[in-house]
Amino acid sequence: MLHLSLVVASTRPTWPDILVFAASAAVIVVGALGVVTSRHPVHAALSLVMTLFGVAVLFIEQDADFLAAVQIIVYAGAIVVLFLFVIMFLGVDRREDVEVEPLGGQRPLAFVMLAITLAGVIAMLATAHWVTGAHQVVGPIQGPITKSAGAPSGEVAQLGKQLFTTYLFAFEATAALLVIAVVGAVVLARRPGLSEKADRAEQAERAERSGQGVAS
Amino acid sequence: MPLFPLAGFLVLVAAGRRIGDPVAGWIGTLAVAAAFVVACLTLGGLLNQPDAHRLFVHDYFTWFHVGGLNVPVGILVDPLSVTMVMFITGVSMVIHLYSIAYMKGDPDYPKFFIYMNLFVFSMLVLVLANNLLLTFVGWEGVGVCSYWLVSFWFHRDSAASAGKKAFIYNRIGDAGFLLAIFLIFEKTGTVQYTGGPGGGIFGQLHHLGGGTGTAAVLLLFLAATGKSAQIPLFNWLPDAMEGPTPVSALIHAATMVTAGVYLLCRMNHLLALTHAGMEVIAIIGGVTAFVAATIACAQQDIKKVLAFSTISQIGYMILAVGSGAYVAAIFLMVSHAFFKGLLFLGAGSAIHGLDNEQDLKRMGALRKTMQWTTITFTVGWLAIAGIPPLAGFWSKGDVLDNVYSHYKVLWFLGLITAVLTAYYMTRLQVLAFGGEPRWDKIGPHGEPPLHAPHESPWVMRLPLVILAVAAFFGGLLDLPWIHHDSFEGWLGPVFAGSLYNDHLHAGGEWALALTDLAAALIGVIVGFALWRGAQVDKPQLEPQFLQRVWYWDDFYDALIGRPSQKLATFCAWVVDVRIIDGAVNGMASVVRATGSATRKLQSGYVRNYALGIAVGMAALIVFLLSRTWWS
Amino acid sequence: MSLSAGWYLGLAALVFSIGAIGLLVRRNVLIMFMCIELMLNAANLTFVTFARVLNDIGGQAIVFFVLVVAAAEVVVGLGIVVTNFRRRSTTVADDLHSLKG
Repeated sequence: MLHLSLVVASTRPTWPDILVFAASAAVIVVGALGVVTSRHPVHAALSLVMTLFGVAVLFIEQDADFLAAVQIIVYAGAIVVLFLFVIMFLGVDRREDVEVEPLGGQRPLAFVMLAITLAGVIAMLATAHWVTGAHQVVGPIQGPITKSAGAPSGEVAQLGKQLFTTYLFAFEATAALLVIAVVGAVVLARRPGLSEKADRAEQAERAERSGQGVAS
Repeated sequence: MPLFPLAGFLVLVAAGRRIGDPVAGWIGTLAVAAAFVVACLTLGGLLNQPDAHRLFVHDYFTWFHVGGLNVPVGILVDPLSVTMVMFITGVSMVIHLYSIAYMKGDPDYPKFFIYMNLFVFSMLVLVLANNLLLTFVGWEGVGVCSYWLVSFWFHRDSAASAGKKAFIYNRIGDAGFLLAIFLIFEKTGTVQYTGGPGGGIFGQLHHLGGGTGTAAVLLLFLAATGKSAQIPLFNWLPDAMEGPTPVSALIHAATMVTAGVYLLCRMNHLLALTHAGMEVIAIIGGVTAFVAATIACAQQDIKKVLAFSTISQIGYMILAVGSGAYVAAIFLMVSHAFFKGLLFLGAGSAIHGLDNEQDLKRMGALRKTMQWTTITFTVGWLAIAGIPPLAGFWSKGDVLDNVYSHYKVLWFLGLITAVLTAYYMTRLQVLAFGGEPRWDKIGPHGEPPLHAPHESPWVMRLPLVILAVAAFFGGLLDLPWIHHDSFEGWLGPVFAGSLYNDHLHAGGEWALALTDLAAALIGVIVGFALWRGAQVDKPQLEPQFLQRVWYWDDFYDALIGRPSQKLATFCAWVVDVRIIDGAVNGMASVVRATGSATRKLQSGYVRNYALGIAVGMAALIVFLLSRTWWS
Repeated sequence: MSLSAGWYLGLAALVFSIGAIGLLVRRNVLIMFMCIELMLNAANLTFVTFARVLNDIGGQAIVFFVLVVAAAEVVVGLGIVVTNFRRRSTTVADDLHSLKG
């Protein structure tokens, strides 16, 4: 069956693990299918939320608690809400006709390509000898961050340490990226009428002044 | 020595137009005369040397040096080249003098002497060169000057195309020359005759045995047929009579046409290697002589008769070369230069006197008004017919003697040709100078009668006299019973090893001499008998077949001319338009079609582009999969 | 405590494929965006799986960054959608084909 040369040697899976995984997997897949096949954008957004929750559960199962929390807060709590805002803004009652495909060959080719991709990936998983890098390139997941006693430990501490040392530059860059994104969004979403009105007002003022100057 | 005519050429190019006639003519003549003087001095110098030491090679500078090929510019002075130079400069000098008066009044007077001087320069380079490439330079030079001079009156269509014809036929021969040079260079590594690595070409003859030698010889002979107007490249010479008569005299009687014979004589050591080659040469020479003589019997134009006569005489020379009788060939060349030059100049005098009328049927009784011309022309006539004691008898006899021992059939052919020679020359003499005047009557095509002919000025008569004397006494150069001190002794060492000289016992020699004399007399008597009367229209004696040069021109036209034209038309309309333009335009169309097809990829739909990404992703996955499976 | 990594990776691949198909097949721009989010989530799952397998915190750090960038991308992307909607009153991706070659 599936065999990897790097298998977690510590524990064998127990029944609760399998059950949790199965349930989460089901939730995820159903949600994904829902996103892809809903006619209504709002239904799609809600399916997305379902998928995100499933993924969060899987994160917890893989000892990535902090990330699960961040996922829920950021993705499900902010991004999807943003989506819903825009859907409402653009009109809720737009339904899309999923049956018709105006672009010829798009659907068949899409299915074929992605079937190939999926089959390929699973085949690779099944048969390939994975050559991966060394363990612990950056740092362990658990464990104290410094050797001294009383140092904070755990995943959050480790993540924080790496973020502020190894990945500091990327961290700052993403901060800048966020600022740019906000500025860009504000600029993009400005009402066009406002700027035009301002220009027109300015032009009228100038015309008045020059008219006065000529007349006098 | 070649520098004198070169200097003359340059002076005339620079200032000719301003000097005008006749001073330009005198300058040209003086240049050649100076060369002649130097030639005489060289002759004297060589005569002082004993027999075996008469070879002098000197390199002036290196023309170019490429890889293993070193080509100097230098001269080779030996009896052969000095002989050539002597008669070339001598006859040229005389003809230049003649042209001063002949070309008088022509608007392009200086240009004429420019070309003539350049021609003499090229001919001297050809003869004096010490390597094959420099000879080729001279060869090409004379070809070019021949082209210019034949089409000197180029506003006449016939003259322009005659010039072209001459040059093209020459060119074919030149291709043969070049190929021969390549072959020889490949085998011997040098193009110098003597000197240079390995002792020059003549020092490395062992490399040129067998097939290569024969091939080289035949290629050189092809060049000689082109330049010296033998079968199969002889058609240009009759057409070249379109040029002014001094040109015909100089180039097509005395010098350029002898270049081919000279080349073969110079390469005699090479010829000696291949018996098959020599046979070919001899056969072609003999056949050409015969064919040309038959044609000459039926020509109407005085210059054309002389042209075919030239072809025939050179055929004799080539026949001699093919039989190994090089000395005889050179002897005939020298005496031919004298009497043919004389005949042409005489003809020119007659033409000049009759206001450029060249048709024999309209001349007649010129002896009454142009005495000098008549007398000198008679000397030439007797010389070429082979009447002793003039030069022609001895030289032609020499050739026939040597041929007799080799190829009896060709000797017989040569004998018949001698009869024909005497016959047509007599016909010419009688029609032009004898009989009753016909120029004062309406011509056969309705032309008006001509003025009475006048004798030529002294400038033209003097050369005629000089050449007549030379033709008369030229035979003394090589009387058959004087061997060592004569021509034969002089030239013999040059051809050492390859010369064939037949010393028949005295009885055999006398018998052959009498046969020659008999042949000449038969020809003369028959000629007189047939043409003496006033009736000059004798179509049965001048069949169309002979008049049309055995239909040789038409044969070439049908064989080469028309198909070439068809090919050219085909190329122009089919290849050029459809294939080449089609290819180029087709490429453009293909590009456009490809562009249109590829354009569909840019549909503007984001989802299509995303599909493209998906395709790439699938391909990547498959590629990685295959890598893992294969490794 | 968890299953072997292969299961998780297979699941991630499946979700990725579903998201990709959705991206290619749906015409509504917003739903296309959501499919992109699906694909990003699948990638995150893969990273976390490998972080667990290799006991490396780097994998989780990457997930962190992916999350942030996805958020920024959604912000800007939706802003573009809104602007476009103002001009053309359409949310159908096929109507944006003015760059046709």
